[in-house]
Amino acid sequence: MTEAAHGGAANGGTANGGAANGGAANGGRPENGTPLLEVTDLTVHHGQLCALDAISLRVYPGEVYAIIGANGAGKSTLLRTIAGLHQPTTGWVRFDGTDMTTLRPERRARQGIVMVPEGRRLFGSLSVEENLQVGKTYARPGPWTIDRVYETFEWMRGRRNQRAAQLSGGEQQTVAIGRALVANPRVLLLDELSLGLAPVIVQRIYAMLPQILATGLTVLLVEQDVSQALRVASHIHCLLEGRTTLEGRPADVTAEQVEAAYFGLAGTARLPGGGSEP
Amino acid sequence: MAWLNAIIQGVLTGGLYALFACGLSLMFGVMKVVNLAHGDLAVVGGYVAIGVITVTHIPVLWSFVIVVPVMAVLGYALQRTLIQSALDRGVLTTLIVTLGLSVVIENGLLQFFTANSRGIGASMALVTGSFSLGSQIQIAYLLVLIFAVAVAVLLGLQWFLSRSSYGRLIRATADDQEAVQLAGADYRHVFGIAAALALGTVALAGIGYGMYSDLDPTAGTDTILLFAFVAVVIGGLGSLWGTLLGGIVLGVAQQIGAQINISDELLAGYLVFLLVLVLRPQGLVSRRAQS
Repeated sequence: MTEAAHGGAANGGTANGGAANGGAANGGRPENGTPLLEVTDLTVHHGQLCALDAISLRVYPGEVYAIIGANGAGKSTLLRTIAGLHQPTTGWVRFDGTDMTTLRPERRARQGIVMVPEGRRLFGSLSVEENLQVGKTYARPGPWTIDRVYETFEWMRGRRNQRAAQLSGGEQQTVAIGRALVANPRVLLLDELSLGLAPVIVQRIYAMLPQILATGLTVLLVEQDVSQALRVASHIHCLLEGRTTLEGRPADVTAEQVEAAYFGLAGTARLPGGGSEP
Repeated sequence: MAWLNAIIQGVLTGGLYALFACGLSLMFGVMKVVNLAHGDLAVVGGYVAIGVITVTHIPVLWSFVIVVPVMAVLGYALQRTLIQSALDRGVLTTLIVTLGLSVVIENGLLQFFTANSRGIGASMALVTGSFSLGSQIQIAYLLVLIFAVAVAVLLGLQWFLSRSSYGRLIRATADDQEAVQLAGADYRHVFGIAAALALGTVALAGIGYGMYSDLDPTAGTDTILLFAFVAVVIGGLGSLWGTLLGGIVLGVAQQIGAQINISDELLAGYLVFLLVLVLRPQGLVSRRAQS
Protein backbone atom coordinates (compact mmCIF):
# COMPACT_ATOMS: atom_id res chain seq x y z
CA MET A 1 0.00 0.00 0.00
CA THR A 2 1.22 3.47 -0.78
CA GLU A 3 1.32 6.27 1.67
CA ALA A 4 -1.15 8.92 0.66
CA ALA A 5 -1.12 12.22 2.40
CA HIS A 6 -4.76 12.28 3.24
CA GLY A 7 -8.06 11.15 1.88
CA GLY A 8 -9.60 9.76 4.98
CA ALA A 9 -12.22 12.46 4.94
CA ALA A 10 -14.55 10.20 3.04
CA ASN A 11 -14.52 7.69 5.86
CA GLY A 12 -14.33 9.98 8.79
CA GLY A 13 -17.39 12.12 8.41
CA THR A 14 -20.36 9.93 9.17
CA ALA A 15 -23.78 11.10 8.22
CA ASN A 16 -25.01 11.84 11.69
CA GLY A 17 -22.34 14.45 11.84
CA GLY A 18 -19.80 15.05 14.50
CA ALA A 19 -19.62 11.42 15.39
CA ALA A 20 -15.93 11.32 14.95
CA ASN A 21 -13.79 13.91 16.51
CA GLY A 22 -10.38 14.13 18.04
CA GLY A 23 -8.74 14.16 14.66
CA ALA A 24 -10.25 10.90 13.56
CA ALA A 25 -12.00 12.49 10.63
CA ASN A 26 -8.66 13.12 9.07
CA GLY A 27 -7.25 9.73 9.78
CA GLY A 28 -5.53 9.63 6.44
CA ARG A 29 -4.90 6.24 4.92
CA PRO A 30 -4.00 4.80 1.59
CA GLU A 31 -6.92 4.39 -0.70
CA ASN A 32 -6.35 2.12 -3.61
CA GLY A 33 -8.97 3.36 -5.99
CA THR A 34 -12.53 2.33 -5.17
CA PRO A 35 -13.54 0.69 -1.92
CA LEU A 36 -14.21 -3.04 -2.00
CA LEU A 37 -16.87 -2.82 0.66
CA GLU A 38 -18.83 0.30 1.34
CA VAL A 39 -21.39 0.75 4.08
CA THR A 40 -23.47 3.90 3.97
CA ASP A 41 -25.72 5.27 6.71
CA LEU A 42 -26.49 1.84 8.04
CA THR A 43 -29.15 1.81 10.76
CA VAL A 44 -30.22 -1.47 12.31
CA HIS A 45 -32.89 -2.11 14.90
CA HIS A 46 -33.38 -5.13 17.10
CA GLY A 47 -37.06 -4.67 17.72
CA GLN A 48 -37.38 -1.28 19.41
CA LEU A 49 -33.70 -1.04 20.21
CA CYS A 50 -31.52 0.88 17.82
CA ALA A 51 -28.38 -1.24 17.57
CA LEU A 52 -26.61 0.76 14.87
CA ASP A 53 -27.18 4.42 14.13
CA ALA A 54 -26.18 5.60 10.66
CA ILE A 55 -22.83 3.87 10.44
CA SER A 56 -20.70 4.41 7.36
CA LEU A 57 -17.43 2.80 6.49
CA ARG A 58 -15.25 1.99 3.52
CA VAL A 59 -12.96 -0.96 3.30
CA TYR A 60 -10.28 -0.85 0.61
CA PRO A 61 -8.69 -3.91 -1.03
CA GLY A 62 -5.91 -5.48 0.98
CA GLU A 63 -6.80 -3.70 4.19
CA VAL A 64 -7.23 -5.07 7.68
CA TYR A 65 -10.11 -3.00 8.93
CA ALA A 66 -10.82 -3.43 12.62
CA ILE A 67 -14.02 -2.46 14.35
CA ILE A 68 -13.49 -2.07 18.07
CA GLY A 69 -15.81 -1.24 20.89
CA ALA A 70 -17.14 -2.42 24.21
CA ASN A 71 -19.81 -5.03 24.74
CA GLY A 72 -23.08 -4.04 23.14
CA ALA A 73 -21.51 -1.34 20.98
CA GLY A 74 -23.04 -2.94 17.88
CA LYS A 75 -19.87 -4.41 16.39
CA SER A 76 -21.27 -7.85 15.80
CA THR A 77 -24.54 -6.44 14.55
CA LEU A 78 -22.60 -4.43 11.99
CA LEU A 79 -20.70 -7.47 10.77
CA ARG A 80 -23.81 -9.64 10.70
CA THR A 81 -25.67 -6.99 8.72
CA ILE A 82 -22.85 -6.88 6.20
CA ALA A 83 -23.02 -10.68 5.95
CA GLY A 84 -26.77 -10.45 5.43
CA LEU A 85 -27.94 -12.07 8.65
CA HIS A 86 -29.72 -8.88 9.75
CA GLN A 87 -31.75 -6.56 7.58
CA PRO A 88 -30.98 -2.87 8.08
CA THR A 89 -33.78 -0.38 8.72
CA THR A 90 -32.09 2.10 6.41
CA GLY A 91 -28.77 2.35 4.63
CA TRP A 92 -26.80 0.42 2.05
CA VAL A 93 -24.16 -2.23 1.82
CA ARG A 94 -22.23 -2.10 -1.45
CA PHE A 95 -19.67 -4.66 -2.45
CA ASP A 96 -17.37 -4.04 -5.38
CA GLY A 97 -19.77 -1.38 -6.60
CA THR A 98 -22.87 -3.59 -6.44
CA ASP A 99 -25.72 -3.05 -4.00
CA MET A 100 -25.99 -6.04 -1.66
CA THR A 101 -28.45 -4.61 0.84
CA THR A 102 -31.37 -6.88 0.00
CA LEU A 103 -29.37 -9.96 -0.94
CA ARG A 104 -29.74 -13.09 1.17
CA PRO A 105 -26.66 -14.16 3.18
CA GLU A 106 -25.92 -17.20 1.02
CA ARG A 107 -25.88 -15.03 -2.13
CA ARG A 108 -23.42 -12.64 -0.50
CA ALA A 109 -21.23 -15.56 0.55
CA ARG A 110 -21.11 -16.82 -3.03
CA GLN A 111 -20.12 -13.34 -4.20
CA GLY A 112 -17.20 -13.32 -1.79
CA ILE A 113 -18.37 -11.84 1.52
CA VAL A 114 -17.63 -14.69 3.90
CA MET A 115 -17.94 -14.46 7.65
CA VAL A 116 -16.36 -16.43 10.46
CA PRO A 117 -19.17 -16.09 12.98
CA GLU A 118 -18.81 -15.31 16.65
CA GLY A 119 -18.44 -18.47 18.70
CA ARG A 120 -17.02 -20.47 15.74
CA ARG A 121 -20.32 -22.15 14.88
CA LEU A 122 -18.77 -25.26 13.40
CA PHE A 123 -20.97 -28.14 12.36
CA GLY A 124 -20.36 -30.15 15.49
CA SER A 125 -21.48 -33.56 14.27
CA LEU A 126 -19.39 -33.29 11.09
CA SER A 127 -15.70 -34.09 10.88
CA VAL A 128 -13.06 -31.42 10.40
CA GLU A 129 -12.75 -32.31 6.74
CA GLU A 130 -16.52 -32.31 6.23
CA ASN A 131 -16.67 -28.84 7.75
CA LEU A 132 -14.15 -27.69 5.17
CA GLN A 133 -16.03 -29.50 2.40
CA VAL A 134 -19.23 -27.68 3.33
CA GLY A 135 -17.30 -24.42 3.06
CA LYS A 136 -16.05 -25.54 -0.34
CA THR A 137 -19.49 -26.47 -1.74
CA TYR A 138 -20.32 -23.04 -3.14
CA ALA A 139 -16.78 -21.71 -3.28
CA ARG A 140 -15.56 -19.14 -5.76
CA PRO A 141 -12.50 -20.15 -7.75
CA GLY A 142 -9.31 -19.06 -6.04
CA PRO A 143 -6.09 -19.99 -4.31
CA TRP A 144 -7.61 -21.65 -1.24
CA THR A 145 -8.23 -25.37 -1.31
CA ILE A 146 -8.72 -27.85 1.48
CA ASP A 147 -5.14 -29.00 0.93
CA ARG A 148 -3.86 -25.49 1.27
CA VAL A 149 -5.70 -25.10 4.55
CA TYR A 150 -4.00 -28.30 5.74
CA GLU A 151 -0.66 -26.86 4.69
CA THR A 152 -1.33 -23.62 6.52
CA PHE A 153 -2.62 -25.26 9.69
CA GLU A 154 -0.55 -28.39 9.84
CA TRP A 155 -2.16 -30.10 12.83
CA MET A 156 -5.44 -30.24 10.97
CA ARG A 157 -4.53 -32.87 8.41
CA GLY A 158 -3.84 -35.50 11.04
CA ARG A 159 -7.16 -34.86 12.71
CA ARG A 160 -9.29 -34.38 9.63
CA ASN A 161 -11.61 -37.24 10.54
CA GLN A 162 -12.19 -36.09 14.07
CA ARG A 163 -15.59 -34.67 14.90
CA ALA A 164 -15.48 -30.87 15.12
CA ALA A 165 -17.28 -30.84 18.47
CA GLN A 166 -14.36 -32.72 20.02
CA LEU A 167 -11.80 -30.03 19.21
CA SER A 168 -10.59 -27.41 21.65
CA GLY A 169 -11.79 -23.83 21.29
CA GLY A 170 -8.65 -22.64 19.53
CA GLU A 171 -8.69 -25.58 17.14
CA GLN A 172 -12.34 -24.97 16.39
CA GLN A 173 -11.54 -21.34 15.65
CA THR A 174 -8.88 -22.31 13.13
CA VAL A 175 -11.23 -24.79 11.46
CA ALA A 176 -13.85 -22.05 11.29
CA ILE A 177 -11.30 -19.79 9.59
CA GLY A 178 -10.35 -22.62 7.25
CA ARG A 179 -13.99 -23.24 6.42
CA ALA A 180 -14.32 -19.58 5.42
CA LEU A 181 -11.03 -19.52 3.51
CA VAL A 182 -11.85 -22.47 1.23
CA ALA A 183 -14.80 -20.44 -0.07
CA ASN A 184 -12.15 -18.06 -1.46
CA PRO A 185 -13.67 -14.89 -0.06
CA ARG A 186 -12.72 -11.47 -1.35
CA VAL A 187 -13.49 -9.96 2.00
CA LEU A 188 -13.23 -12.06 5.13
CA LEU A 189 -15.35 -10.98 8.08
CA LEU A 190 -13.94 -12.12 11.42
CA ASP A 191 -16.29 -11.78 14.36
CA GLU A 192 -14.57 -11.79 17.76
CA LEU A 193 -11.85 -14.34 17.06
CA SER A 194 -10.52 -14.00 20.58
CA LEU A 195 -13.78 -14.75 22.34
CA GLY A 196 -13.33 -17.43 24.96
CA LEU A 197 -9.77 -18.27 23.93
CA ALA A 198 -6.55 -18.10 25.90
CA PRO A 199 -4.34 -15.10 24.98
CA VAL A 200 -1.58 -17.41 23.70
CA ILE A 201 -3.99 -19.07 21.30
CA VAL A 202 -5.33 -15.70 20.18
CA GLN A 203 -1.77 -14.54 19.44
CA ARG A 204 -1.14 -17.65 17.42
CA ILE A 205 -4.31 -17.21 15.37
CA TYR A 206 -3.60 -13.56 14.66
CA ALA A 207 -0.06 -14.51 13.68
CA MET A 208 -1.58 -16.36 10.72
CA LEU A 209 -3.16 -13.18 9.41
CA PRO A 210 -0.25 -12.07 7.19
CA GLN A 211 -0.25 -15.47 5.46
CA ILE A 212 -3.95 -15.13 4.79
CA LEU A 213 -3.60 -11.57 3.54
CA ALA A 214 -0.82 -12.62 1.21
CA THR A 215 -3.36 -14.53 -0.87
CA GLY A 216 -5.06 -11.27 -1.75
CA LEU A 217 -7.84 -11.11 0.79
CA THR A 218 -9.28 -8.12 2.55
CA VAL A 219 -10.16 -8.50 6.20
CA LEU A 220 -12.85 -6.77 8.19
CA LEU A 221 -12.69 -7.80 11.80
CA VAL A 222 -14.48 -7.12 15.02
CA GLU A 223 -12.43 -7.23 18.17
CA GLN A 224 -13.09 -6.47 21.79
CA ASP A 225 -9.40 -6.67 22.60
CA VAL A 226 -8.24 -3.21 21.57
CA SER A 227 -4.50 -3.79 21.81
CA GLN A 228 -4.83 -6.84 19.59
CA ALA A 229 -6.81 -4.84 17.04
CA LEU A 230 -4.32 -1.96 17.09
CA ARG A 231 -1.49 -4.42 16.44
CA VAL A 232 -2.97 -6.02 13.33
CA ALA A 233 -5.18 -3.36 11.82
CA SER A 234 -4.38 -0.88 9.08
CA HIS A 235 -7.50 1.07 9.99
CA ILE A 236 -9.59 1.14 13.12
CA HIS A 237 -13.18 2.18 13.66
CA CYS A 238 -14.52 2.51 17.17
CA LEU A 239 -18.19 2.06 17.97
CA LEU A 240 -20.00 3.07 21.10
CA GLU A 241 -23.69 2.37 21.61
CA GLY A 242 -24.25 2.00 17.89
CA ARG A 243 -22.41 5.16 16.84
CA THR A 244 -19.00 5.90 15.44
CA THR A 245 -16.76 7.56 18.02
CA LEU A 246 -13.34 7.29 16.41
CA GLU A 247 -11.85 6.34 13.10
CA GLY A 248 -8.39 6.34 11.68
CA ARG A 249 -5.06 4.60 11.27
CA PRO A 250 -3.65 3.06 14.45
CA ALA A 251 -0.55 5.24 14.05
CA ASP A 252 -2.61 8.41 13.96
CA VAL A 253 -4.64 7.92 17.11
CA THR A 254 -3.39 8.22 20.65
CA ALA A 255 -4.13 5.77 23.39
CA GLU A 256 -6.15 8.47 25.16
CA GLN A 257 -8.32 9.00 22.12
CA VAL A 258 -8.97 5.31 21.80
CA GLU A 259 -9.79 5.03 25.46
CA ALA A 260 -12.14 7.99 25.30
CA ALA A 261 -13.85 6.64 22.20
CA TYR A 262 -14.08 3.14 23.62
CA PHE A 263 -15.58 4.09 26.96
CA GLY A 264 -17.35 7.26 25.91
CA LEU A 265 -15.49 9.52 28.29
CA ALA A 266 -15.45 13.29 28.09
CA GLY A 267 -14.20 14.50 24.77
CA THR A 268 -16.54 12.46 22.67
CA ALA A 269 -19.15 15.04 22.06
CA ARG A 270 -21.84 12.67 20.90
CA LEU A 271 -22.62 11.12 24.20
CA PRO A 272 -25.49 12.71 26.04
CA GLY A 273 -24.86 11.00 29.38
CA GLY A 274 -21.14 10.96 29.05
CA GLY A 275 -21.08 8.01 31.39
CA SER A 276 -18.59 5.27 30.85
CA GLU A 277 -19.58 1.76 30.04
CA PRO A 278 -18.38 -0.81 32.48
CA MET B 1 -42.43 -72.49 18.57
CA ALA B 2 -45.37 -70.14 18.66
CA TRP B 3 -43.24 -67.62 20.52
CA LEU B 4 -40.45 -67.88 18.01
CA ASN B 5 -43.03 -67.35 15.29
CA ALA B 6 -44.30 -64.26 17.08
CA ILE B 7 -40.80 -62.85 17.29
CA ILE B 8 -40.01 -63.53 13.63
CA GLN B 9 -43.30 -62.00 12.49
CA GLY B 10 -42.69 -59.06 14.79
CA VAL B 11 -39.22 -58.40 13.43
CA LEU B 12 -40.49 -58.49 9.86
CA THR B 13 -43.41 -56.18 10.64
CA GLY B 14 -40.81 -53.90 12.19
CA GLY B 15 -39.48 -53.30 8.68
CA LEU B 16 -42.82 -51.81 7.67
CA TYR B 17 -42.88 -49.67 10.81
CA ALA B 18 -39.36 -48.47 10.05
CA LEU B 19 -40.59 -47.37 6.63
CA PHE B 20 -43.39 -45.48 8.37
CA ALA B 21 -40.95 -43.88 10.76
CA CYS B 22 -37.77 -42.96 8.91
CA GLY B 23 -39.26 -39.99 7.03
CA LEU B 24 -40.76 -38.61 10.22
CA SER B 25 -37.42 -38.99 11.95
CA LEU B 26 -35.54 -37.34 9.07
CA MET B 27 -37.78 -34.29 9.00
CA PHE B 28 -37.56 -33.92 12.74
CA GLY B 29 -33.82 -34.45 12.75
CA VAL B 30 -33.10 -31.87 10.06
CA MET B 31 -35.68 -29.13 10.41
CA LYS B 32 -37.24 -29.90 13.81
CA VAL B 33 -40.59 -30.29 12.13
CA VAL B 34 -42.96 -32.83 13.65
CA ASN B 35 -44.98 -33.60 10.58
CA LEU B 36 -48.44 -34.56 11.79
CA ALA B 37 -49.55 -35.07 8.19
CA HIS B 38 -46.89 -37.75 7.77
CA GLY B 39 -49.29 -40.70 7.89
CA ASP B 40 -51.84 -39.04 5.64
CA LEU B 41 -49.14 -38.30 3.08
CA ALA B 42 -48.26 -42.01 3.14
CA VAL B 43 -51.91 -42.81 2.41
CA VAL B 44 -51.80 -40.27 -0.42
CA GLY B 45 -48.75 -42.13 -1.74
CA GLY B 46 -50.75 -45.37 -1.60
CA TYR B 47 -53.67 -43.84 -3.48
CA VAL B 48 -51.32 -42.35 -6.06
CA ALA B 49 -49.90 -45.86 -6.52
CA ILE B 50 -53.39 -47.27 -7.06
CA GLY B 51 -54.07 -44.54 -9.59
CA VAL B 52 -50.77 -45.07 -11.38
CA ILE B 53 -51.29 -48.84 -11.56
CA THR B 54 -54.85 -48.41 -12.87
CA VAL B 55 -53.91 -45.88 -15.51
CA THR B 56 -50.55 -47.13 -16.77
CA HIS B 57 -50.95 -50.87 -16.04
CA ILE B 58 -47.42 -50.80 -14.73
CA PRO B 59 -46.54 -53.93 -12.68
CA VAL B 60 -47.58 -53.32 -9.08
CA LEU B 61 -44.10 -53.71 -7.68
CA TRP B 62 -42.70 -51.17 -10.12
CA SER B 63 -45.25 -48.50 -9.26
CA PHE B 64 -42.72 -46.98 -6.88
CA VAL B 65 -40.66 -45.84 -9.86
CA ILE B 66 -43.36 -43.26 -10.53
CA VAL B 67 -44.84 -42.75 -7.07
CA VAL B 68 -41.59 -42.06 -5.23
CA PRO B 69 -40.50 -39.18 -7.50
CA VAL B 70 -44.03 -37.74 -7.49
CA MET B 71 -44.12 -37.73 -3.71
CA ALA B 72 -40.57 -36.39 -3.50
CA VAL B 73 -41.52 -33.42 -5.67
CA LEU B 74 -44.63 -32.93 -3.55
CA GLY B 75 -42.42 -33.01 -0.47
CA TYR B 76 -40.07 -30.36 -1.84
CA ALA B 77 -42.99 -28.15 -2.83
CA LEU B 78 -44.74 -28.56 0.53
CA GLN B 79 -41.55 -27.74 2.39
CA ARG B 80 -40.72 -24.68 0.35
CA THR B 81 -44.24 -23.23 0.68
CA LEU B 82 -46.45 -24.31 3.55
CA ILE B 83 -43.97 -25.77 6.01
CA GLN B 84 -41.26 -23.13 5.45
CA SER B 85 -43.69 -20.29 6.01
CA ALA B 86 -44.83 -22.04 9.18
CA LEU B 87 -41.20 -22.50 10.27
CA ASP B 88 -40.55 -18.80 9.75
CA ARG B 89 -43.22 -18.14 12.36
CA GLY B 90 -41.76 -20.59 14.85
CA VAL B 91 -41.38 -24.31 15.27
CA LEU B 92 -44.66 -24.68 17.14
CA THR B 93 -46.57 -23.24 14.21
CA THR B 94 -45.48 -26.22 12.12
CA LEU B 95 -47.44 -28.46 14.49
CA ILE B 96 -50.64 -26.55 13.82
CA VAL B 97 -50.01 -26.28 10.10
CA THR B 98 -49.20 -29.97 9.61
CA LEU B 99 -52.19 -30.92 11.78
CA GLY B 100 -54.34 -28.78 9.51
CA LEU B 101 -52.78 -30.39 6.47
CA SER B 102 -53.56 -33.80 7.95
CA VAL B 103 -57.23 -32.91 8.42
CA VAL B 104 -57.45 -31.48 4.91
CA ILE B 105 -55.85 -34.55 3.32
CA GLU B 106 -57.98 -36.98 5.29
CA ASN B 107 -61.23 -35.23 4.43
CA GLY B 108 -60.15 -34.70 0.84
CA LEU B 109 -59.54 -38.42 0.48
CA LEU B 110 -62.91 -39.18 2.08
CA GLN B 111 -64.57 -36.78 -0.31
CA PHE B 112 -63.00 -38.14 -3.47
CA PHE B 113 -62.34 -41.80 -2.70
CA THR B 114 -65.08 -42.53 -0.11
CA ALA B 115 -64.39 -44.30 3.16
CA ASN B 116 -64.14 -47.70 1.42
CA SER B 117 -60.81 -49.37 1.91
CA ARG B 118 -58.71 -50.59 -1.00
CA GLY B 119 -55.64 -52.70 -1.29
CA ILE B 120 -52.79 -52.58 -3.76
CA GLY B 121 -52.40 -55.60 -6.04
CA ALA B 122 -53.90 -58.23 -3.75
CA SER B 123 -53.96 -60.76 -6.57
CA MET B 124 -50.25 -61.23 -6.87
CA ALA B 125 -48.61 -64.44 -5.79
CA LEU B 126 -45.99 -62.52 -3.89
CA VAL B 127 -48.52 -60.60 -1.87
CA THR B 128 -50.41 -63.67 -0.72
CA GLY B 129 -47.63 -66.27 -0.91
CA SER B 130 -45.50 -67.49 1.93
CA PHE B 131 -42.94 -70.12 2.75
CA SER B 132 -42.70 -72.37 5.77
CA LEU B 133 -39.93 -72.58 8.27
CA GLY B 134 -40.39 -75.79 10.22
CA SER B 135 -43.92 -76.94 10.75
CA GLN B 136 -45.48 -73.96 12.49
CA ILE B 137 -43.83 -70.89 11.09
CA GLN B 138 -45.23 -69.35 7.95
CA ILE B 139 -43.39 -66.36 6.56
CA ALA B 140 -45.08 -64.15 4.00
CA TYR B 141 -42.95 -63.18 1.02
CA LEU B 142 -44.44 -59.71 1.21
CA LEU B 143 -43.21 -59.07 4.74
CA VAL B 144 -39.72 -60.23 3.81
CA LEU B 145 -39.80 -57.95 0.78
CA ILE B 146 -40.96 -54.97 2.83
CA PHE B 147 -38.29 -55.64 5.42
CA ALA B 148 -35.65 -55.81 2.71
CA VAL B 149 -36.93 -52.56 1.21
CA ALA B 150 -36.78 -50.89 4.61
CA VAL B 151 -33.18 -51.97 5.12
CA ALA B 152 -32.31 -50.85 1.59
CA VAL B 153 -33.95 -47.47 2.17
CA LEU B 154 -32.06 -46.95 5.42
CA LEU B 155 -28.78 -47.99 3.82
CA GLY B 156 -29.47 -45.67 0.91
CA LEU B 157 -30.34 -42.77 3.18
CA GLN B 158 -27.27 -43.36 5.27
CA TRP B 159 -25.08 -43.49 2.20
CA PHE B 160 -26.63 -40.31 0.84
CA LEU B 161 -26.32 -38.43 4.12
CA SER B 162 -22.76 -39.48 4.83
CA ARG B 163 -21.23 -39.51 1.35
CA SER B 164 -22.98 -37.10 -0.98
CA SER B 165 -22.40 -33.38 -0.91
CA TYR B 166 -26.13 -32.68 -0.43
CA GLY B 167 -26.19 -35.18 2.40
CA ARG B 168 -23.32 -33.32 4.02
CA LEU B 169 -25.21 -30.05 3.62
CA ILE B 170 -28.29 -31.64 5.18
CA ARG B 171 -26.30 -32.70 8.23
CA ALA B 172 -24.59 -29.32 8.42
CA THR B 173 -27.94 -27.55 8.22
CA ALA B 174 -29.31 -29.76 10.98
CA ASP B 175 -26.35 -28.64 13.11
CA ASP B 176 -26.42 -24.92 12.36
CA GLN B 177 -28.78 -23.22 9.95
CA GLU B 178 -27.09 -19.85 10.11
CA ALA B 179 -23.55 -21.11 9.61
CA VAL B 180 -24.65 -23.02 6.53
CA GLN B 181 -25.87 -19.77 4.99
CA LEU B 182 -22.48 -18.22 5.62
CA ALA B 183 -21.03 -21.10 3.61
CA GLY B 184 -23.20 -20.06 0.68
CA ALA B 185 -25.99 -22.62 1.01
CA ASP B 186 -29.68 -21.74 1.01
CA TYR B 187 -30.94 -23.67 4.01
CA ARG B 188 -34.51 -23.53 2.68
CA HIS B 189 -33.41 -25.44 -0.40
CA VAL B 190 -31.58 -27.94 1.80
CA PHE B 191 -34.75 -28.36 3.87
CA GLY B 192 -36.63 -28.96 0.62
CA ILE B 193 -34.22 -31.73 -0.35
CA ALA B 194 -34.62 -33.33 3.08
CA ALA B 195 -38.41 -33.15 2.78
CA ALA B 196 -38.20 -34.70 -0.70
CA LEU B 197 -36.19 -37.58 0.72
CA ALA B 198 -38.65 -37.97 3.58
CA LEU B 199 -41.66 -38.06 1.29
CA GLY B 200 -39.89 -40.52 -0.99
CA THR B 201 -39.74 -42.93 1.94
CA VAL B 202 -43.31 -42.01 2.81
CA ALA B 203 -44.39 -43.11 -0.67
CA LEU B 204 -42.77 -46.50 -0.10
CA ALA B 205 -44.48 -46.71 3.29
CA GLY B 206 -47.84 -46.03 1.66
CA ILE B 207 -47.31 -48.63 -1.05
CA GLY B 208 -46.04 -51.15 1.48
CA TYR B 209 -48.99 -50.57 3.76
CA GLY B 210 -51.42 -50.80 0.85
CA MET B 211 -50.03 -54.21 -0.03
CA TYR B 212 -49.76 -55.45 3.54
CA SER B 213 -53.15 -54.25 4.64
CA ASP B 214 -55.90 -52.10 3.16
CA LEU B 215 -55.71 -48.37 2.64
CA ASP B 216 -58.49 -46.11 3.76
CA PRO B 217 -58.51 -42.36 4.30
CA THR B 218 -58.20 -42.61 8.09
CA ALA B 219 -55.34 -45.13 8.13
CA GLY B 220 -52.87 -42.27 7.98
CA THR B 221 -53.43 -40.93 11.47
CA ASP B 222 -54.97 -44.02 13.05
CA THR B 223 -52.19 -46.39 12.15
CA ILE B 224 -49.25 -45.06 10.20
CA LEU B 225 -48.55 -41.81 12.07
CA LEU B 226 -49.13 -43.45 15.44
CA PHE B 227 -46.83 -46.40 14.76
CA ALA B 228 -44.26 -44.08 13.22
CA PHE B 229 -44.24 -41.96 16.37
CA VAL B 230 -43.88 -44.98 18.59
CA ALA B 231 -41.05 -46.42 16.49
CA VAL B 232 -39.23 -43.06 16.40
CA VAL B 233 -39.52 -42.55 20.15
CA ILE B 234 -38.43 -46.09 20.98
CA GLY B 235 -35.54 -45.91 18.55
CA GLY B 236 -34.40 -42.40 19.44
CA LEU B 237 -35.33 -39.07 17.86
CA GLY B 238 -33.41 -38.20 14.73
CA SER B 239 -31.62 -41.53 14.46
CA LEU B 240 -32.12 -43.44 11.21
CA TRP B 241 -31.18 -46.91 12.33
CA GLY B 242 -33.04 -46.24 15.54
CA THR B 243 -36.25 -46.25 13.51
CA LEU B 244 -35.57 -49.81 12.38
CA LEU B 245 -34.77 -50.89 15.91
CA GLY B 246 -37.83 -49.04 17.21
CA GLY B 247 -39.99 -50.60 14.50
CA ILE B 248 -38.72 -54.06 15.35
CA VAL B 249 -39.26 -53.57 19.09
CA LEU B 250 -42.78 -52.33 18.41
CA GLY B 251 -43.50 -55.20 15.99
CA VAL B 252 -42.20 -57.86 18.34
CA ALA B 253 -44.08 -56.37 21.32
CA GLN B 254 -47.29 -56.39 19.31
CA GLN B 255 -46.87 -59.97 18.14
CA ILE B 256 -46.01 -61.20 21.61
CA GLY B 257 -49.00 -59.32 22.99
CA ALA B 258 -51.19 -60.95 20.37
CA GLN B 259 -49.73 -64.32 21.34
CA ILE B 260 -50.84 -63.80 24.94
CA ASN B 261 -54.23 -62.52 23.99
CA ILE B 262 -55.23 -61.44 20.50
CA SER B 263 -56.88 -58.26 21.85
CA ASP B 264 -53.66 -57.21 23.59
CA GLU B 265 -51.72 -56.68 20.37
CA LEU B 266 -51.85 -52.86 20.34
CA LEU B 267 -51.76 -52.56 24.10
CA ALA B 268 -48.47 -54.47 24.31
CA GLY B 269 -46.89 -52.14 21.76
CA TYR B 270 -47.87 -49.04 23.70
CA LEU B 271 -46.78 -50.55 27.02
CA VAL B 272 -43.28 -51.04 25.63
CA PHE B 273 -43.43 -47.50 24.27
CA LEU B 274 -44.28 -46.12 27.72
CA LEU B 275 -41.61 -48.27 29.30
CA VAL B 276 -38.98 -46.82 26.97
CA LEU B 277 -40.23 -43.29 27.68
CA VAL B 278 -39.81 -43.88 31.41
CA LEU B 279 -36.54 -45.81 31.40
CA ARG B 280 -34.72 -44.39 28.39
CA PRO B 281 -36.44 -41.23 27.18
CA GLN B 282 -33.70 -40.46 24.68
CA GLY B 283 -34.53 -43.71 22.86
CA LEU B 284 -32.54 -46.89 22.41
CA VAL B 285 -30.17 -45.30 19.90
CA SER B 286 -29.53 -41.72 20.90
CA ARG B 287 -28.69 -39.36 18.11
CA ARG B 288 -25.22 -38.50 19.30
CA ALA B 289 -24.21 -42.14 19.32
CA GLN B 290 -24.98 -42.47 15.64
CA SER B 291 -22.83 -41.02 12.92
